[in-house]
Amino acid sequence: MSAIVSMQQVTKRFGPLTVLDAVDLEVQQGEVVVLIGPSGAGKSTLLRCVNGLEGIDGGTITVDGQQLVQKGRELNSLRRRIGMVFQQFNLFPHLRVIDNITMAQRDVLGRSREEAEARARELLARVGLSEKEHAYPERLSGGQQQRVAIARALAMDPVLMLFDEPTSALDPELVGEVLQVMRDLAEEGMTMVVVTHEMRFARQVADRVVLMADGGIAEQGTPEQVLEHPTSERGRAFLAELGGQG
Amino acid sequence: MSDFLSAVVESWPLFFEAAGRTLALSAVALLLGLPLGALVAAASMSRVRPLRWFATAYIGLVRGTPLITQIFILYFGLTIVLLLPGFWAASIALAFHNSAYIAEILRSGFQSVPVGLDEASRSLGMSWWQTLRRVRGPLAFRTALPSLGNQFIIAVKDSSLAAFVTVDELFQVALRATASSYEPLTYYIIVALYYLAIVLILTLVVNRLEHALSKHRRS
Ligand SMILES: Nc1ncnc2c1ncn2[C@@H]1O[C@H](COP(=O)(O)OP(=O)(O)OP(=O)(O)O)[C@@H](O)[C@H]1O
Ligand SMILES: [Mg+2]
Repeated sequence: MSAIVSMQQVTKRFGPLTVLDAVDLEVQQGEVVVLIGPSGAGKSTLLRCVNGLEGIDGGTITVDGQQLVQKGRELNSLRRRIGMVFQQFNLFPHLRVIDNITMAQRDVLGRSREEAEARARELLARVGLSEKEHAYPERLSGGQQQRVAIARALAMDPVLMLFDEPTSALDPELVGEVLQVMRDLAEEGMTMVVVTHEMRFARQVADRVVLMADGGIAEQGTPEQVLEHPTSERGRAFLAELGGQG
Repeated sequence: MSDFLSAVVESWPLFFEAAGRTLALSAVALLLGLPLGALVAAASMSRVRPLRWFATAYIGLVRGTPLITQIFILYFGLTIVLLLPGFWAASIALAFHNSAYIAEILRSGFQSVPVGLDEASRSLGMSWWQTLRRVRGPLAFRTALPSLGNQFIIAVKDSSLAAFVTVDELFQVALRATASSYEPLTYYIIVALYYLAIVLILTLVVNRLEHALSKHRRS
């Protein structure tokens, strides 16, 4: 096994606030890691650091054998190998579904229109949205938009997919269709880091659950270990709260 | 009424030529004003603080002084160093004047683009420039278009001030026709109709463009 992501002593501050405090984390090829933890724990920040949307104040991050730099062409070329899926979908509203998926393929990978569209159609079929190819994002439901966003990220042939609460903005009845796509992706062996509150997904799909709290990793292990038998104080408190809610 | 119509017909060649000059003034004002406004907008959003100061000062200065003053400074005020023909004094002053407003319009257009879209584009490996060209620019332009169209209309009407630096544009021709005919009502109404026609055509063009660019908002 080889590490796709390797974070070493990563520190991230926002002004006086230390959000990530010397965090170490490795993600192996084909591994699905689910990040959980209370609000403000730094889950989003960690994901954003991994693809350089946030710069770091200390430590190193290596993705696919290449050390992340803070800006420039190297960062761009690394980013195209890291797919990112946002809570708010962030589809380009002025582009049709198909163009949302072909834009970066053509601009970044230099694929021809035909190649890019063929790849886009293949992915749309995979997420079950072939008939929406010519629709504008605004015409799609949240679940459909998120599936297009996943297809858009996959079109770049990433070695790693990052998901930041991909179902949190969705109506409950639309959550399932997005999780199903993610499940399929995991089964095909995609390396994934997923921030989610969907504990069922974590239980069923995660190889490893990482519980973050107070700027660090409070606990990690198999879903069974972390979700059923947490050993840390923070882990117990967080899961008790979840249990209390649901 | 028939007197009015015959005045319209008789004055047609003069006004038609003058309308061309009005359009030329406006065109220069916009062709220079747009890129200048874009530069000032870029400066106002720059990470370099002195550039932002410059933009603020420029916009404040240009918006804080009457256009006629700016035209007179270029036409009468610079004679020691530079003799500008009326047409260029007026159109360049118009360009500066409009660039300040255009800068503000473009800036708020860019600020209306959600940060998440920029991040989505960058996370696909698109460079800053590619993101500007494909995502932020087009979206900012769509938002800015109604205000830009409005500003273009203001520019056309403001070009009438060029009459005061000897340019034979529409208003100047109306002034002269009035002076020789002693029929101010007739010729001011005629010139108003010419402006109105130009503005209507411009409005139509902008609306068309808006319509074409907002396909994503319709089913
Ligand atoms: N751009 C920023 N500027 C300042 N503070 C920030 C910024 N982004 C995040 N923070 C702070 O960093 C901390 C961690 O934020 P982060 O979004 O990573 O948490 P999270 O674990 O994703 O929480 P949630 O479950 O609510 O999404 C929070 O206290 C947040 O207020
Ligand atoms: Mg978050």
